[in-house]
Formats: sequence, structure tokens, C-alpha cells
Amino acid sequence: MAIKVLNDKCRGCKLCVSSCPFGIIEIIDNKAVIKDGCTMCGTCVKTCKFKAIEITRDVKITIDKSLYKGVWIFAEQRNGKLSNVAFELLGEGRRLADELKEPLVAVLLGSKIEAEAKRLVAFDADKVLVADAPELEHFLEDSYAQVLSDLIRKENPNIVLIGATAIGRSLGPKVAARLETGLTADCTGLAVDVAEKNLLQTRPAFGGNLMATILCPNHRPQMATVRPKVFKPLAEDAKRSGTITKVDLSKTAWNIRAKVLEVVNEVGSSVNLEEANIIVSGGRGLGDPKNFELIKELANVLGGAVGASRAAVDAGWMPYAHQVGQTGKTVGPKIYFACGIHGAIQHLAGMSSSDIIIAINKNPEAPIFKVATFGIVGDVLEIVPLLTKEFKKALNG
Amino acid sequence: MKIVVCVKQVPDSTEVKINPETNTLVREGVASILNPFDLYAIEEALRIKEKLGGTVTVISMGPPQAAEQLRETIGMGVDDAVLLSDRAFAGSDTLATSYALSKGIEKIGGVQLILCGKQAIDGDTAQVGPEIAEKLGIPHITYVKKIDEISETEMTAERMNEDGFERIKLPIPALVTVVKEINEPRMPSLKGMMRAKKAVIPAWTAADIGADPAKSGLNGSPTWVKTIFVPEMKCQGEIFQGTPEEQVKSLVDAIVCRKIVQ
Repeated sequence: MAIKVLNDKCRGCKLCVSSCPFGIIEIIDNKAVIKDGCTMCGTCVKTCKFKAIEITRDVKITIDKSLYKGVWIFAEQRNGKLSNVAFELLGEGRRLADELKEPLVAVLLGSKIEAEAKRLVAFDADKVLVADAPELEHFLEDSYAQVLSDLIRKENPNIVLIGATAIGRSLGPKVAARLETGLTADCTGLAVDVAEKNLLQTRPAFGGNLMATILCPNHRPQMATVRPKVFKPLAEDAKRSGTITKVDLSKTAWNIRAKVLEVVNEVGSSVNLEEANIIVSGGRGLGDPKNFELIKELANVLGGAVGASRAAVDAGWMPYAHQVGQTGKTVGPKIYFACGIHGAIQHLAGMSSSDIIIAINKNPEAPIFKVATFGIVGDVLEIVPLLTKEFKKALNG
Repeated sequence: MKIVVCVKQVPDSTEVKINPETNTLVREGVASILNPFDLYAIEEALRIKEKLGGTVTVISMGPPQAAEQLRETIGMGVDDAVLLSDRAFAGSDTLATSYALSKGIEKIGGVQLILCGKQAIDGDTAQVGPEIAEKLGIPHITYVKKIDEISETEMTAERMNEDGFERIKLPIPALVTVVKEINEPRMPSLKGMMRAKKAVIPAWTAADIGADPAKSGLNGSPTWVKTIFVPEMKCQGEIFQGTPEEQVKSLVDAIVCRKIVQ
């Protein structure tokens, strides 16, 4: 197990030096030397024309992959209501399941939740496994991980997709560690290698500067958390058919150590960025916190929500609940206005799946223009009030 | 209370840029820093220690130079730091990383509370904390923004989610990952920095912590990186021309004709 430079083959050509995404290969005495920090991504191996770099793994394949079948999605619900991400996962899961010729299964955990199972069928699940018990009323890591990992051990799915939400990002790693399998976080792209039945999981790394495609070739199930708002659900169709099976929980070893004391809902409709069709976001280009009023006025006219860049939130101009980006919310509205936002890669990571992106910035070189559908180069303090006025006119007229 | 904080050395990703000609990360001049979210975990650990007494130990897995970041944490006031460093750990994914860290924590022994930052800014997976908890057989909660009460045997804490937060009661031993809303991390003190300078930071190898080679590094990692690439940006859209009024008019026309806004 290691990455190794074969000195008899290395010509010191430096091709690998420039190929390394991490810049940690050096030529010393005309031979490539790989320094600490190697992630074994294999880019140099593919680049080398002399087959002088190799990665070896002591892999003992102990599983029979043909025994694992089915694309599973974890149908997240909060307060008894299915989250949108469940439908998004079904949309993407359908495509993967069809390619693999395997069934698409939704797993629904909750209390008095059976009625929601029909909706999962309407969004194209072939089968819904419903685990209904008072112990599952609120999400808790212990109870949910117990039921989900028991089910996985019993049914042997090939793939398990979970939304990369607060719940999914806590449940996923607990289940993956229990099953000793791989879990790829926060995927934004999925594909399958039909011959090997492998899931190709693409995700951003280094704050979105790089994308990595990850495989889990020798472990099953292949687990991934998937970023909300990236994939589109199919249209709901009540005529679709599927089976709904109630899971027998009579033998479940409940070992629930944590307890929910209180559930506090803080998000008013004005901040519900994930669900908004139109978002008007402001950044540091506004120059002063009071200029966020201009953003709010435009949002009001359009019936949209107000977002903010990390710079504006860090400066204390807007509360964190409004932050869009890698460390804030991921959004995918029909229209996203970026007003005075430079467009750091971390911000782009949170909004680039929006249908239409409108950038307003005085710097024509700002990276936000690279993802913008429409752009106006100009002073945001002048343009935004003009926009408010024009939209008012256009919508009332 | 015996507390361990898990930390990671990361490149200062806000400084990381892609060289458009070579499509590689420009690392020159990009400093290694302590993962910013981990500072909040350290601060919270120090506050709990100030309240209940005990010790705070920082643990990390990484190359030998990661010891520098651990030294900084001693400057903030942690009692001691341990680095897990061995070529055998190279190529670890989150499962293998959590395995090594859990073995290190077992070697420290008697640990009651483990704190982690919510995620590291280079990988952004947020997986290692919960996986450590599972390996150690203790409960965990994530995205904690406030610890209301804590004793030697249990705590109540507020964890954030998309709708707001939940108050959770959790028995100890436990693992908690924290968000930046939880506190304001302190700066290193002069006394702390003096101590940090002299501190000996042990580097434990895979053998030291009794790590099974089959579960470490590349061998213990179910996930493999297939390719790494620079994301393609959407091609540049339309930039309107003319006076500000004309540009705004063109934009409003372009939007209104799509009938999205009503």
C-alpha cells in the first residue's frame, strides 16, 4: 500500500510536477520525489509517460457485488412532512436505477408517517419501506441509524443516497461507520459504471476550487450524501404504482441515548432561502449595512427572499440565516440576483445551480460574471433602485 | 472532565487559487492554518474546563509539520497535544481517519467529552466527527451552537438545523461538533505562547496506537479518488450595454418576458 516512484523508469521529465493538483512533487537529482501531503489521487500516475509512478493497494475483495441490488434513497421528513430533497433524490435515483436495471427504493422513517409513503410512489419510487414507530418521531442519531443500518444489512442495497442536510450529514457517517463502508459527502454529480456497478460520485473540494470524482469499488453499499437543490425531482404523478411495505420493528434494539427536549422553529418565511423562487443577495459592494434596505426593497417587489454573501454576514450586516455559499445555504432559485457580490468560489458553490443568475458589480473582472446569465457592470447603489423602479412599473403595467 | 478536541491542519482555502494555465492548485504562499471551525471547538473545551476542571488535549492526524498548528493550540491554553503521524496513514479517507483518531483517543484513555469543529474547510465532509463517535460507541450530535448546561454525566445543548434548532439532552461520554455561533475563540496568551514554544508534542505512529494496518491509510479507505479536476464555469452570459437606465430596462425586459415574476 503506497505511492511509489520507480527510479529506474523515471526520466525526471517533470510532467508529474505540473500535473499534481496539490503541488507536492519535486524533482530531486533528476528523479521525481513525492512529498508529504499526497492524497493518492492518482493524477500523476495517469500523466507519467514512462509508467514510473504507481499506487499499490493491498486489496482483499471479500464481497460478492452481485448480491447487492437496489438504489435506495433516504426519504427525509421533518415534523411529519417530507423534505424536498427526498423528491430530488428520487429524480436522480430513477436515472441511476434505470441504468443499473435495479429497483428504486425509498426508505421512510418516522411516527404516524404512512400517509407520506404514497407521495414517494407518486415521485416514482418502485418500493417504499416504511419504518413507523413512536421512537422515530424526532430524528435522533441512535434510533435512525439503528433502523437504517438494520434494513441495509437485511436487504443489501447497492447504493444508498441521503440528502446532505443537517440530518443527513449526521446520520450518514454514523451508518457508514457502523457498516464499515464508504461515504462520499455532499455530492453534486452522480453517474454509474454499469459493468462494475460502481457509483461515480462527484463533489467539490477545497471550497469548490477543485472537483473530485470518488469511487467506492470494493465495499457495499455505496453511500453518498447529496447536496439539496442540485438535482431536479420528476413531476408528481398520482397514477404511478409502487409497493409500500411496513418494516417490522419488533426486534429493533432501541438504544436511544440522546433526547429531544424542545424543537424551536426560528426561520420565518422571509428567510426561507432554500424554498424561494427568487433571491436577491447583497455583498460587501453595498458599502454600508443600511444599503441592504435597497436589496430588501427589490426583493419585496419581486416577492423574493434576501440573501447575503459571507463577507456581508461576517461584517455583521446580515444574520447568518441569510448566508448563501459553501458555509451557508445552498440555493437553487429560478432567479438569483447577486448585487455587489464579487463571486468567490465559496459563494458560487452555494448558488450556481440557480436557473438565471443576474450579476451587478462595478468590477467587470469579478468572477460572478463568469456564472451570470445576465450582467450589468455598474454601481450597485445606482442600479438596484433603478431595477426596483422598473420592475414595479413592468409588473403593475 | 477529560476533554479531547480533534483538529486538522488545512491550507488557507480562502487563499487557494487555480492557475488557469496549468489547472492546478496554486499553493505557493498559501499558509497552512488550523481549520477555523476547530478554534471554536477548542474555545468551548477551554470554557468547559474552566467551569468543571479537568484537562483539554488536542489530537490531530497529519504530516510532521502539523505539529506547528498544535503548538498554537497550546498557546490558547490547551494542556497538551498529540499528533498521529505515520506514512501508514497516508491516503486515509474519512473512515480510515476516524479509525486512527479513535485509536488515538483510546490510547489517551478516560476521555469523557470529544469536541470537533463542524467540518474542515479543505474537504468539507463533516464526517469524521460522527464516525469517531460510532467507532468509540458513544453518542454524538452535530452543529451545536450552544451548550446550555454540562456536568460530568450529561449535557443539554442546542443543535442547529434548517428550521432553527433543537435542544438535546445527551449523556456523557459523548462527541459534539460545533458551529461558529457557539463562541468567540480567544487569542493565544503571552504565557501560553511561552509554554507552547517549549512544549513537547509526541508523534504517535500506527504501531503506537495499535492501529490495524488493514484499517489504516489507503488500505482502510473504502473510497478512492478517481479523478480530480477544475470545475468548468458556465460560459459567460450577456452583459448589457448603454446607460444605467438602458441596461436596467434591457434586463427587466429579458426577465419579464420569461414570466417568472408576476
